[in-house]
Amino acid sequence: MELIHNNLETIYFILFCVFIGIEVIANVPAILHTPLMSGANAISGVITVGAVTLMLQLEPTDYVNLAIGSVAVFLGALNISGGFFVTGRMLAMFNTKKTKA
Amino acid sequence: MSAIVEIGYLLSTLSFLGGLKFMSSPKRAKTGNIIAASGMILALLLTLYGAYSQSLPSINVILIAATLIVGSLIGKRLSNKVEMTQMPQLVSLFNATGGGCAMLLGIVEGHRLLISDNDIPLQLLLIIGLFTGAVAFTGSILANRKLSGKTKDNKSKLVVFSARTLLVLIIAAIALYNLQLLPIDFTIYMYIIAALSLLYGILFVLPIGGADMPVVISLLNAITGIATALSGFVYDNKVMIAGGIFVGAAGILLTLLMCKAMNRSLFKVLAGTFKKGTVSGSETEQIIQEISLTETAMQLSYAKKIAIIPGYGLAVAQAQHECAQLQQILESLEAEVHYIIHPVAGRMPGHMNVLLAEANVDYASLKEMDEVNDTMDSYDMVMVIGANDVINPAAEVNTDSSIYGMPIIRAYKSKKVVVLKRGMSTGYAGVVNELFDMENCHLLFGDAKESIQGITKQLKLI
Repeated sequence: MELIHNNLETIYFILFCVFIGIEVIANVPAILHTPLMSGANAISGVITVGAVTLMLQLEPTDYVNLAIGSVAVFLGALNISGGFFVTGRMLAMFNTKKTKA
Repeated sequence: MSAIVEIGYLLSTLSFLGGLKFMSSPKRAKTGNIIAASGMILALLLTLYGAYSQSLPSINVILIAATLIVGSLIGKRLSNKVEMTQMPQLVSLFNATGGGCAMLLGIVEGHRLLISDNDIPLQLLLIIGLFTGAVAFTGSILANRKLSGKTKDNKSKLVVFSARTLLVLIIAAIALYNLQLLPIDFTIYMYIIAALSLLYGILFVLPIGGADMPVVISLLNAITGIATALSGFVYDNKVMIAGGIFVGAAGILLTLLMCKAMNRSLFKVLAGTFKKGTVSGSETEQIIQEISLTETAMQLSYAKKIAIIPGYGLAVAQAQHECAQLQQILESLEAEVHYIIHPVAGRMPGHMNVLLAEANVDYASLKEMDEVNDTMDSYDMVMVIGANDVINPAAEVNTDSSIYGMPIIRAYKSKKVVVLKRGMSTGYAGVVNELFDMENCHLLFGDAKESIQGITKQLKLI
């Protein structure tokens, strides 16, 4: 109970996010499902923010954690850039009336 | 945290939401992608800025900058190189990196937790985040390998059984530790959970394959989102929580959509089981009618309203460009050409749409199954390219069939159906296609790409 009470604000926030997220995404048509998925995938790269935060808190002599953290930042950056670039590439192909040219 | 950073995070959260909102129309989706990407860059810059106000150790900043740059460059390279037919593999790979990042984050945070007090809720969050991250990591890597044909499905009972046992074991370990019945160090406990989760990710994806792949990819995507949201909780970072939840919602929504389109419960897909339909009647030899290239071309040239139903076979044969050429010629003969796309066609949600978009097909001619299913009899001719189960009328009429109840495209209702096929093999469900027996259905054997090229050549002569 205490846990819920102490984090009430965050819990409200989460609940709203869930509902807003579902509402927004439910309207995406089937034709755009692949870009939606890869775009969402890129957004989940926001985990990199956490990885960077963590890296900034580490002691400069804490080599083990620094190494693991660096790999985490690397993977996260890969996820973000790859995700957004590939989504952009896909979406650039969705055009009307190109075939008539 | 300073006010600037907080407000900036709010902006990024809104940009993610706006970006996803814009994804609902093909015209604005490009803008949506840019908005979401800008929000991401903003969030990263703010994080760095937030630390800048304190005095920070330079080695950390150098490491962060270097890894960010190298990671981004490799990501861009990978996304530039990929073929549209390989899109599912790449999306899985990127999903794996997100999961891996979440897992490593959990581990480092776990190392640091040693110093702090015995905070049970925080430990639990960390461990669940670690578990989801690790499962998404190995699961997505395996999905990537399966999609590129490097790993075969393994549906043996042993794999399914060990996957379930492992899951129970993980849950038991977490429960025991938190009830303080497991007298081990947190670090050791954390490594045990990490190892078990990595293994579970593999075993969980191993039995699932083929046409169930869209479900798995969506689900893994959702799991990464949840892992992100959980670590957002640990850092009390709202932009991470929001981003993670949006991704989780998108993933779960797509997962359920895919399951519905295959008329299978999520549980059955995950268990890797297929209802074995009774084989009554299907043992009898099918009476099929073959059709030649020339004849197909001839009939196409007379048809006024034509539908093309693409399936995974189109992607395998890489015949999307030939398909678009055929469409152009048919349109120059004043026929109306539509593509009808089943929700689960291909190996990820919306896979066919991307392929056809690559071949410059106007998205106005792409139809969803529900849009046209009631008017299928208005089509003079339907060409099925590399699809099988999704046009099998058994799903509507044969209650014994294992695919009974699955929504299908009613190709059999049109005036004439030509199915391009390599051989008489059955589709993923392993069910005999009752369409082939029907009077209005003809089969054109051969490689899809070559057949379409042949038809196009014939049509040019007309």
